[in-house]
Amino acid sequence: MAILSKEEAQAILKKVLSFSKAESCELSLSGSDGGNIRYARNAVSTAGQISVMSLSVSSTYGKKTGMASINEFDDVSLQKVVKRSEELAMLAPENPEFMPLLGAQTFPESPTFNAKTAAITPDTRAEMVLKSLQVSKAAKLEAAGFLENATEFRSVMNSKGLFAYNKSTDVSFSVTVRNQEGTGSGYIEQGFNDLDKMDTLTLSKIAASKAVGSAGAKAIEPGKYTVILEPLAASDMLGNMFRGFDARSADEGRSFMSKPGGGTRIGEQLFSDNVSIYSDPMHPEVPSATWSADGIAVNKTQWVEKGVVKNLSYSRYWASQKGVAPIPFNRSIVMEGGTQTLEELIKSTEKGILVTRFWYIRSVDPQTLLLTGLTRDGTFYIENGEIKFPVKNFRFNESPVIMLNNVEALGKPVRTGNGMIPPMKIRDFTFTSLSDAV
Amino acid sequence: MTGIGLGATMAQGVPLFGRDISVEEALTPVDIKLKKKMADVALNAARAKGATYTDVRIGRYLNQVIATREAQVQNIANGESYGMGIRVIANGSWGFAATDNLDNDSIARAAEMAVAIAKGNSKLLTEPVQLAPQKGFGEVSWKTPLEINAFEVPIKDKIDLLLKVNSEAMLAGAKYVNSNIFMVNEQKYFASTEGSYIDQDVHRIWPTFTVTKIDPAGGKFETRNAFSTPMGMGFEYLVPKESEKIKGGPVTMYKKRYDMLEDVKEAAVHLTEKLKAKPLQPGKYDLVLDPSHLFLTIHESVGHPTELDRVLGYEANYAGTSFLTLDKWESKKFNFGSKQVNVIADKIEPGSLGAVGYDDEGVKCGTWDIIKDGILVNYQTIRDQAHILGLEASQACCYADSWNSIPFQRMPNVSLAPGKAALSAAEMVKGVEKGIYMFGRNSYSIDQQRYNFQFSAQLAYEIKEGKIVGLLKDAAYQSNTQEFWNSCTQLCGQSDYRLGGTFSDGKGQPSQVSAVSHGSSTTRFNGVNVINTGRKI
Repeated sequence: MAILSKEEAQAILKKVLSFSKAESCELSLSGSDGGNIRYARNAVSTAGQISVMSLSVSSTYGKKTGMASINEFDDVSLQKVVKRSEELAMLAPENPEFMPLLGAQTFPESPTFNAKTAAITPDTRAEMVLKSLQVSKAAKLEAAGFLENATEFRSVMNSKGLFAYNKSTDVSFSVTVRNQEGTGSGYIEQGFNDLDKMDTLTLSKIAASKAVGSAGAKAIEPGKYTVILEPLAASDMLGNMFRGFDARSADEGRSFMSKPGGGTRIGEQLFSDNVSIYSDPMHPEVPSATWSADGIAVNKTQWVEKGVVKNLSYSRYWASQKGVAPIPFNRSIVMEGGTQTLEELIKSTEKGILVTRFWYIRSVDPQTLLLTGLTRDGTFYIENGEIKFPVKNFRFNESPVIMLNNVEALGKPVRTGNGMIPPMKIRDFTFTSLSDAV
Repeated sequence: MTGIGLGATMAQGVPLFGRDISVEEALTPVDIKLKKKMADVALNAARAKGATYTDVRIGRYLNQVIATREAQVQNIANGESYGMGIRVIANGSWGFAATDNLDNDSIARAAEMAVAIAKGNSKLLTEPVQLAPQKGFGEVSWKTPLEINAFEVPIKDKIDLLLKVNSEAMLAGAKYVNSNIFMVNEQKYFASTEGSYIDQDVHRIWPTFTVTKIDPAGGKFETRNAFSTPMGMGFEYLVPKESEKIKGGPVTMYKKRYDMLEDVKEAAVHLTEKLKAKPLQPGKYDLVLDPSHLFLTIHESVGHPTELDRVLGYEANYAGTSFLTLDKWESKKFNFGSKQVNVIADKIEPGSLGAVGYDDEGVKCGTWDIIKDGILVNYQTIRDQAHILGLEASQACCYADSWNSIPFQRMPNVSLAPGKAALSAAEMVKGVEKGIYMFGRNSYSIDQQRYNFQFSAQLAYEIKEGKIVGLLKDAAYQSNTQEFWNSCTQLCGQSDYRLGGTFSDGKGQPSQVSAVSHGSSTTRFNGVNVINTGRKI
């Protein structure tokens, strides 16, 4: 029941709209069906299967809007939820930022759904985890991991004729492998729409080799170093920055994207000229829905081009205030890179630190986007183009804006989280203290 | 880990969990006889399929959020989530299933599914689950002691309060202000094959705001968050009381009653000072940490590393493990902190977020020492962990954030005992030559074994020769947990003791949240490394 086809979703939404008495009505129907396995100390600890579906109704009179939602789908419940949203709308104060609903539009279909991933069973998950456990047990290491998959659908309809539907699949896997002495630790995480791309055996071997390779780390002085960031580490820094690509907070003067003296930094060279970032819902490796929750088409958007900020996201309300077209936010960012592999980046480095992962990143100063966090699960010293020895973890204090002004080289982008991120070679990255954590 | 404060990050939409319901619906609890009947269906069905132990949680989780910015209401939402989770032991292994369809057939099917999952998982078991003994309590109940049920207060009154807070901020020169009230009511019914039928009605509230001032000439902005804290209380928390205020220092602080209007006016004044604050000179300082700040340092550096599941490796793939390994506890002489450091765990302190009568596996709540005279003496356990420490009973630390979540070990209140002498914060400051006095939580980060951390504050005042001389900007302290707690030299007395807390402590995969409080009095730490975090882009 949880995954409805386009036609099934449309039929339910049409029925709900027929119950509406408000001036305008906006519906959102979504569901997901998936499962997970968690394991630790080389044994499965918990497993679950979850299936949920819910409908949200937003009714409006003038500029007064009420919202209600429900997870029951008989006619009485559907009538009840519509009525409740209408009652709440009557009670609500006027929302000066209310935007009239958008009418009918056509959206292209992006390749977010994969039938094989949708067909994953508890047995598939168990087999995938067994492969991971084989690696750790054979090497006398300890694994703790999490495997999760879900099929989801989202659909929206409104009383002005808008209808949109998207179905997607996702499978994600992460594992931490540690040696028995607790002196070495390695980690890997990977997500795909397509099950065929997920290889838990190979991924677990990578984590295991990091666990072995990171044992016996030496302490070296914190300070400014050239770093090679694996895509996972780079991705966490970029994710923290990209959330600030919002025009309103920039215009309001409370963002690193605010221009001193007023306005935004659109058009400004904020990064090195080898930095270009875009998003594209049709990208075959990181597809995403082609429409946003409020019915705007999500198109390919260039956010940064050769270091210059080209676009920020604009809500419909803010776009109307500024007289520009709305631009929806898209988390699936693609950072363009080069052709070099991680190994080639290391080879070209005289002295530096290889960072495989960052951890517990938090904002320290929203004006400069200074972030703090730590390296984790494998940090290595590079000399004369070779990894020489593992080093103890560092705390860093660094801004991704400053970091992206110090880009020496970029490797080939790979799927990391929801994005395509290259490994990066960055000079003068600031480590401020050492950590004993493994 | 702790989730970022919702109040500070709220922009357009307010996150809401569960489905929306009307207020009147929320006020009618589910009939207790019906809950017992439904629980018995699950207990009997699981037993019939071969479960050797079963427990059931029937949960009705109500949430209300009112969110405003400047002169407008952004969102009013009521949420409800209702259903049943069934946990069993069969063939020595745990199994869990949940359902939101509460007819007898669906409940029985979910119970059978839980047993089937347990039997399936038992093939991958290394050792069978061992539960600490727990007697049944029969039919009992518990309710958060409260004076005003926040869900019964008219929405208009809440909106009026928040809009008044906003207008006070704007009058005082703020450029932007967001204010919110989050309210939670967990109506939770627990039953187990040990013979307990426990009905609990748990309430929490969190009013908060973020005020922003801008210096257009310098292109700078500063924010100040509310000095409220989430509490296990009703709406009475928002009824000011002079006897619950601590005045006289640079900041008015609040105990178990909060004056939101007074605080927002002070916040606006603080922001003007913050925009003119001088940059910190990096170096070693004696830190005087107010409970509104120190609670988060306690949470991250004492609360998390003493979670036994982290120590054992069950959280290795997510939150991490712990430097407080079992050998340190077994030695009975691991110097976690200085002799003045006494840390107490509890699930009973009135007004705290952790306070309940019984945990989510039917164990009666209590209190115990974690750090005694600076020495690590205990951890946090649930029933299937107690034997690892040779304990005869669980410490009642089991919690699930929803009826459809698997209960596991969560942090109780973990609090720093105040000093024995009747020392005030003002008196403590007088004894500091070169120091920083910090209020309120801000940036926080700690490694996966809880050694190295960095924290900053909402307000950081410089202390010179016993006097507060003004606000500093860009100050963050970095330390190592054991070194930091061993630098603790002085604690204010009981009259300065206050709670701080969070609604959104995250742990587990899939991630679950829990709410927890940490009490302390103002405390001094000597010679801590403070760095300057100012940068230019």
